Amino acid sequence: MGAGGAVACVLGFDLKPAYAQARDLKISRTTETRSTCPYCSVSCGIIIHTLGDKAKNVTPQVVHVEGDPDHPINRGTLCPKGSSLQQDIDNPRRLLKPQVRRPGSDHWEDIEWDSAIDEIARRVKKTRDDTFVEKDAQGRTVNRCEGIAWNGGCTDTNEFNYLVVKSMRSLGVCYLENQARV
Amino acid sequence: MPGNLRVQAISGHSGAAPGSGAQRQERVAKLIDTTTCIGCKACEVACLEWNDLPFRETAFDNTYQTMPQTAWNYWNLIKFNEHTAADGSFHWLMRKDQCMHCADPGCLAACPADNAIVQYQNGIVDFQQEYCIGCQYCVTGCPFNIPRFNPATKKMFKCTLCTDRVSQGLEPACIKACPTGCLHFGTKEDMTALAQTRAQQLRQHTAHTNAGVYDPAGVGGTSVIYVLHDIANPEAYGGLPANPRVPWAVRLWKGPLKWLGNVAMIGGLIGVTLHYLRFGPKKVEEHGK
Repeated sequence: MGAGGAVACVLGFDLKPAYAQARDLKISRTTETRSTCPYCSVSCGIIIHTLGDKAKNVTPQVVHVEGDPDHPINRGTLCPKGSSLQQDIDNPRRLLKPQVRRPGSDHWEDIEWDSAIDEIARRVKKTRDDTFVEKDAQGRTVNRCEGIAWNGGCTDTNEFNYLVVKSMRSLGVCYLENQARV
Repeated sequence: MPGNLRVQAISGHSGAAPGSGAQRQERVAKLIDTTTCIGCKACEVACLEWNDLPFRETAFDNTYQTMPQTAWNYWNLIKFNEHTAADGSFHWLMRKDQCMHCADPGCLAACPADNAIVQYQNGIVDFQQEYCIGCQYCVTGCPFNIPRFNPATKKMFKCTLCTDRVSQGLEPACIKACPTGCLHFGTKEDMTALAQTRAQQLRQHTAHTNAGVYDPAGVGGTSVIYVLHDIANPEAYGGLPANPRVPWAVRLWKGPLKWLGNVAMIGGLIGVTLHYLRFGPKKVEEHGK
């Protein structure tokens, strides 16, 4: 370039090639899996984008989740909770073991699965024995357990909810709710 | 360059970018109907998720707003504004605050770094962080207070209008998420028509008789347009300027003064050369001999 180039630069011309670059689309070759948002009973359709093309040597990980435009309920849209679903799966704070918070305690402590189940069984038995109502005030047989309530979570499947209803009804639990509308 | 984004203007360049305007490209726009926004913040979350922006600390300022203003890693913020109308009734005015993608971008005019800010023919104004020198002149140039500085990397950041998605024919992440349908995406022409229809509908069938479309001419129009309940009072929506303009200091500095400076510099060089040719090198006379 030399002197001519220097003069051109001073005049405001730039002799370097002008180019801009946009980011690549991060989901261009990810595997798309259709699913249902687990949060509320609206049950929006979602597309889960995972790393790789399902080849044998690849461990897929969720890189992006967005609404399913073909789903008749949400037609691609999602609420703020649904929009954050990627963090529901890929999250260092995800709970992977049972924990217990004792009465009056201010913190959670780890507990073994076996002792957790034993403890729950013992408490259910005690509560049911203490609060079971065999007959109401008018002497009619009701056989209900009023000391226990069951609240189902949004991620529970139909099969799980079926088992919950069967087992809770067998205990006489009346206060029974789930999100089986999904 | 991935996708089909064609460059219209580049920072640090005089005149049009090489090859710009040779091929037609439709301008795109976001339409934000503030009258149907419920402040759910799905667009905020979708923006963070798509752009892989990490969680950041939020600040509570006695409103429902996530934080007082956008941040270098939080490009999209719903502004919650409590508003009392003339008749004494209370209203929530919710406005999605992000880069407006001006047709005449002040940030690009102010930027001295070659290629750090690029305007594409479809109207998107994007920051290229690898060319950014962190001078923050774009903050001075922006009438909407949008560019944000990351002190750790000394680079500027803002909404990209999802260039990666739009260049591949997808809509921006915020638009896709919006569950109330208050956000729309399409060509500028279609969005303007839709906005006008909606504003007319508001004027005729609701109490918002002064509803209108916010597409400020002072910055050449924007690729993000609003339908407002009251077009006469955009300031009520968390500091939306009524008549945004690129600051005159930026215009002067990057316009006439830049050329005057160049002329003065070249003139000086020519003067020095002529002086040398006419009078020759300077002779140093030794005193006392």
